[in-house]
Amino acid sequence: MSSTTDPRVAGGTRRRRRGPRTWLATLPLLTFTGLCFGIPLGAMAYGAVTRTEPANGATRLTGEHLARSLQGPYLDSLIGSVQLSALTALVGGVLGVVIAQAVVTSRSAGLRSAALTASGVLANFGGVPLAFAFIATVGISGVVTQLADLTAFGWNLYSFTGLAVVYLYFLIPLMVLVIAPALDGLRPQWREAAQSSGATGRQFWRHVGLPVLAPSLLGGFVLLFGTAFAAHATAAALVGGSVPLVTLKIADALSGNVLTGQENVALALGLDMILIAGLVMAVYLPLQRRSARWLR
Amino acid sequence: MLSSSARRGAAVLLSAAVLTTLSACGAAPDQKSGGADGAKSVQPGAATSVADFGSLEALAAAAQKEGELNVIALPPDWANYGEIIKAFEAKYKIKVNGENPDASSSDEIAAVKSRKGQKRAPDVLDLGIAFARSGAAENLFAPYKVTGWDKIPAAQKDADGRWTNDYGGYVSIGCDAARIPTCPQTFADLLKPEYKGKVALNGNPTKSGSAFGGVYAAALANKGSFADIQPGIDFFGQLKKSGNFIPVESTPATVEKGETPISIDWDYLNAGYADQFKGKGVDWKVAVPTDGVYAQYYSQAVNKEAPNPAAARLWLEFLYSAEGQNLWLKGYARPVLLPGMTQDGTADQAAVAKLPQVQGTPAFPASEELDKAKATLAEKWDKALS
Repeated sequence: MSSTTDPRVAGGTRRRRRGPRTWLATLPLLTFTGLCFGIPLGAMAYGAVTRTEPANGATRLTGEHLARSLQGPYLDSLIGSVQLSALTALVGGVLGVVIAQAVVTSRSAGLRSAALTASGVLANFGGVPLAFAFIATVGISGVVTQLADLTAFGWNLYSFTGLAVVYLYFLIPLMVLVIAPALDGLRPQWREAAQSSGATGRQFWRHVGLPVLAPSLLGGFVLLFGTAFAAHATAAALVGGSVPLVTLKIADALSGNVLTGQENVALALGLDMILIAGLVMAVYLPLQRRSARWLR
Repeated sequence: MLSSSARRGAAVLLSAAVLTTLSACGAAPDQKSGGADGAKSVQPGAATSVADFGSLEALAAAAQKEGELNVIALPPDWANYGEIIKAFEAKYKIKVNGENPDASSSDEIAAVKSRKGQKRAPDVLDLGIAFARSGAAENLFAPYKVTGWDKIPAAQKDADGRWTNDYGGYVSIGCDAARIPTCPQTFADLLKPEYKGKVALNGNPTKSGSAFGGVYAAALANKGSFADIQPGIDFFGQLKKSGNFIPVESTPATVEKGETPISIDWDYLNAGYADQFKGKGVDWKVAVPTDGVYAQYYSQAVNKEAPNPAAARLWLEFLYSAEGQNLWLKGYARPVLLPGMTQDGTADQAAVAKLPQVQGTPAFPASEELDKAKATLAEKWDKALS
């Protein structure tokens, strides 16, 4: 920043000297990113737009896989995944913030560390064990289902709603984890200043709290969306093919015992997923840059 | 994360492996022709039957020289594979390297393709029929005809011997008699209101072979045919609508827990559950539905570029011997040579008696019919069930 106040004099040489060194420092990161994300992405994109004839091994360019990935059941699965992820990220985000705010403002250090530790554990509890835990408690013959007669209320674990509830089980703790530091950053002085200027609690949140938190909230939403969007094992064990999800479709096409020669469609679906994730990020990044400076 | 750097390493290894196999190939015929056994000598990788080795003993000797066999996707608790592998190791003193027991057929094909020329490539494959056919079309398998080849029905083998059906079973209805007062015997029974929230499949039929078999059998039970699987999809749609069908994948865990008290699965898996859960509060009964009889067999194939070609062929000879076939039978699977073995008395009678009862002989869909059924299923299944 200081270089803008004294241009030319010292800035030129300093910048030139700094330039290559900064480059060197980022080189490991760039190499890592290039290798670990670039190569798979390249391989995926290549597979999505080419087709190898099994008979003679000749490879040619084609748009047929991408077209198929955006039709019929494949399109339904993409829509289903986006719907489920958006809904669970929204609900999980709101509930997570409320819980985190309660924990952060409570004066008990014990509650705070307990809640954060528990969140850390629960946020990483997923996959088949989680699915089976839910089956055993609130499945059709689950313990709680039997005791509370949940079926009479129309409860069904093996549905869109059931899956959303299971996803919330790890999404809410994840939101608590990512939003608690941001809530900590909300200085009490700001609230006091607002109050002494005559603002109500609602006005404080409307004009100070939420704008300051916006990037973190949005970031949390994006993280939750991504987590739900990419989840696979839990859904596979719980609902099989009866809730269309894109990750399940990819698994069917890539490593099944039934469909042959669908690998390229799976790669095209993977590319579609990256595009959707990219779109979500594209909305998030500029907004975050605009308001991030408040939380320094 | 590791895959990219691993792939580089693999490329280096691969070229090294290619070099070693090339030099090994050059050396092998000299040793052979110099051998004193005087029998027809052929490179193990080119042998299409035991006659090319001269005798089973010569084949066993060649396999022992290799000393190892790479297998993939053979779960020890599936159709008694655990015991089969142990018996083979003990009989021929050959080490069996099992890889990824829970792999799927497409994983197996991927392993063959990605590890061409490497020592770690799988020698033999146990494949779903569709993958056996597509793999043969891609020229991945070596043709080999086992000793009992002529006794295997023509519909159960590739004419060139690139794949051969090995063991299989019927679509069956497993049912926990401790929880269900009257167990369903047919597909029609499953629609009864008393089975609300109780009927499951072993997986998603667009992915799992046994679940696909379940839908195919349901199609046959509802005026469908091998070429027309739609009635089966409609049947499960109807089951879903009536609330009888639960989409949870039945596994040993869900069966034991009672979450999937009725499970449509291969009869050998269901029969295995009956043993496994005896005395655990689960009284597992198995019925092969009379209205939808559908059998499916898995196939054996030898990797064309098997690193242990003689051991691979010896493994097939072992599997299709009376000993190997009886070991499958012990795991409740129906070995492909069973009809002949029942006639000549080599079949294990006690094991045969324990198999679920089936009337008639199974029929098999042609390749095109199977492809058509799968395409229909992939297109329509989600819609029917959601």
